[in-house]
Amino acid sequence: MTAAASHIPAPAEKPPVASVGFIGWMRENLFSSWSNALLTVLIVWLLFKTIPPLVGWLFINAYGFDTSSRVCIADRSGACWAFVGEKFRFILYGTFPYDEHWRPLTTVLIFVGLLAASCSRRFWRPWFAGVWIVGLLAVGVLMWGGVFGLSRVENALWGGLPLTIMLSVVGLAVAFPLSVLLALGRRSNMPAIKAICVGYIELIRGVPLVSLLFMSSVMFPLFLPEGFTVDKLLRAQVAFILFAAAYQAEAIRGGLQAIPKGQYEAADALGLSYWQKMGKIILPQALTISIPPLVNTFIAFFKDTSLVIIIGLFDLLGTAKAALTDPNWRGFFLEAYLFIGLIYWFFCYSMSKYSQWLERSLHRGHAR
Amino acid sequence: MAQTRLSLNDPVTRGLFYQALVIGGVVAVGWYLIHNTLTNLESRSIATGYSFLEREASFAIGETLIDYSPADSYGRALLVGLLNTLKVSAIGIALATVLGVVVGIARLSKNFLVARLASAYVEVVRNIPPLLQLFFWYALITEGMPAVRQALEPLPGVFLTQRGLWMPVPLADPAWKAMGVAFIAACFALWGVKRWAAARQARTGQPFPLFAAGAGLLAGVPFVVWLAYGAPTAMSVPELRGFNFVGGVNLSPEFFAILVGLTVYTSAFIAEVVRSGILAVNWGQTEASRALGLNNAQALRLVVLPQALRVIIPPVTSQYLNLTKNTSLALAIGYPDLVSIANTVINQTGQAIEGVAIIMGVYLSISLAISLFMNWYNKKIALVER
Repeated sequence: MTAAASHIPAPAEKPPVASVGFIGWMRENLFSSWSNALLTVLIVWLLFKTIPPLVGWLFINAYGFDTSSRVCIADRSGACWAFVGEKFRFILYGTFPYDEHWRPLTTVLIFVGLLAASCSRRFWRPWFAGVWIVGLLAVGVLMWGGVFGLSRVENALWGGLPLTIMLSVVGLAVAFPLSVLLALGRRSNMPAIKAICVGYIELIRGVPLVSLLFMSSVMFPLFLPEGFTVDKLLRAQVAFILFAAAYQAEAIRGGLQAIPKGQYEAADALGLSYWQKMGKIILPQALTISIPPLVNTFIAFFKDTSLVIIIGLFDLLGTAKAALTDPNWRGFFLEAYLFIGLIYWFFCYSMSKYSQWLERSLHRGHAR
Repeated sequence: MAQTRLSLNDPVTRGLFYQALVIGGVVAVGWYLIHNTLTNLESRSIATGYSFLEREASFAIGETLIDYSPADSYGRALLVGLLNTLKVSAIGIALATVLGVVVGIARLSKNFLVARLASAYVEVVRNIPPLLQLFFWYALITEGMPAVRQALEPLPGVFLTQRGLWMPVPLADPAWKAMGVAFIAACFALWGVKRWAAARQARTGQPFPLFAAGAGLLAGVPFVVWLAYGAPTAMSVPELRGFNFVGGVNLSPEFFAILVGLTVYTSAFIAEVVRSGILAVNWGQTEASRALGLNNAQALRLVVLPQALRVIIPPVTSQYLNLTKNTSLALAIGYPDLVSIANTVINQTGQAIEGVAIIMGVYLSISLAISLFMNWYNKKIALVER
């Protein structure tokens, strides 16, 4: 009895050195089999071959923001950040009057602020639409000017990042109500309305955006009554709205289809009219779950705004290409494309991470 | 006892009323636009109709798959453009699929470095506009590569210059055509063998080494034909003569840029689809196949992939469609695809409506054809549920 009571378990053996800690991690993740070990060695060799020259080009041999272009052109062993230093305001703001650059800058900040605030579920309320309208009005005043002592700037001078963001955000915002109607129409019981909506959505989704932009630039003037002209920017914006509406309608239709039939039947049983049923019961739920696909649509859309270069507008990509044509700064395409590539990447990557996070958090709510 | 009531409180009447209203609205808007267009066309004295397609095009096209000269008609020029579009799409789809599948599987690799590298590739490529990527590849060739006289020669006979890539090609020989026919015949033979092998396995349970037999058929039959034609090996190797290369085959910078750009961009999306498709197959399926004694490759081929393909095929199709539609970006770098030739035609003739209609009609038919094929395929592989 005393022997049993005095039993002391032997101290636990430590796991073998080779299976824990750094060595264990390496064995598990890098050298788990012969083929894996071979792959690891190959990749490490490739990285060793590419990373040092890349870092050398990007930083070590590179010229800073205030080098003259002659020095840069003479020695091409490093990146010439002086090109970006010289041109970044033109690339970001296009041909907007130089002294007024704070206006497009504020515009970009307003847009980023609105987008960031819209990410929070706290602001998914009807009154937030009012904030958006105020923001868009402020943007219009800032860009056009002509009031409050701001000088007037024609929209032919707009360009760069504000144009990119504006085309995508305004396109999205205006297309949204249209896309809700299209999605509802596609799910409607009325054959004529359904046919019109299906036809529209499939037509737009079946053709490339370039052809729509073409249509807006060469055919749009023919559609309007004589003596009535619309400038290039607005025509492109209209093409984007028509394009976005079809794609968003498909995202929203996905949300509508995910709502259980019982919700529709319950709303009918309460005697709600069609618009009451949709507005108060179905759409609030459907729109919430279609936000992640809507964000993905927006990312695609944001990238697609670069296509306006084809009809001669200068968005971020257009201004970068225009900056490259400066005879004093020929051949710095890598620096220019890296610079705007980073901007595009930052916007798209953060939005896609947000959409993934949102999808998980919405899903968590449903799983509970 | 149905009672017809002409009241808006009756859902049927109301439905009819709303539909009539919407159709009326659409027709009115359409009529207004058509009316304006006709008036405008008349005041600018532009003729409508497609008769311009038979007029002489009088512009040259850099790359053609069929014979074309500026003396040919606009219609033939557009056909050249369409063939160029289809060429880029077909090669791009094949390459993007291979690259996408490799990257998608690499993202699931147990090897830390492989998985990280693959996911970095996907995250970088898919978050940068395709047009920017096209410009990048185009500038890399036209500005980053040396002039023709200082051409890089990464492999013997292969030259990289700012005017594109030159590669050796076999000289024309009747053997190549015969080998092509032999290959197609081998494909049909393989299809027959596959059916026979499946029937035999169902009857007797004996498996047939289909993979080895297929590889043997597809490679062996053309090889035998090649030998029968006296094994021609003559090559046309590019040579620097004067200011340019002569012989071999040239991939223009435009073609290279659009092909590489679209392949890389689309492959990132295909990789994501492949990854999520494989993840969608329950891990229990893999465990069960191991328990049955299948090895890794067998488990993947016989159990996981057939199930993953059901999830993968529909979104991959829409990626193929996206790639086809994105070939229209060729306009921005000057590759003569359908859209850029239609653009030239519109500028020369002023037939904007017809030109845009041709572009849209062609792309719509391609989209429709692919989606009809996919619907058929989906039905074929769908789970048969009781």
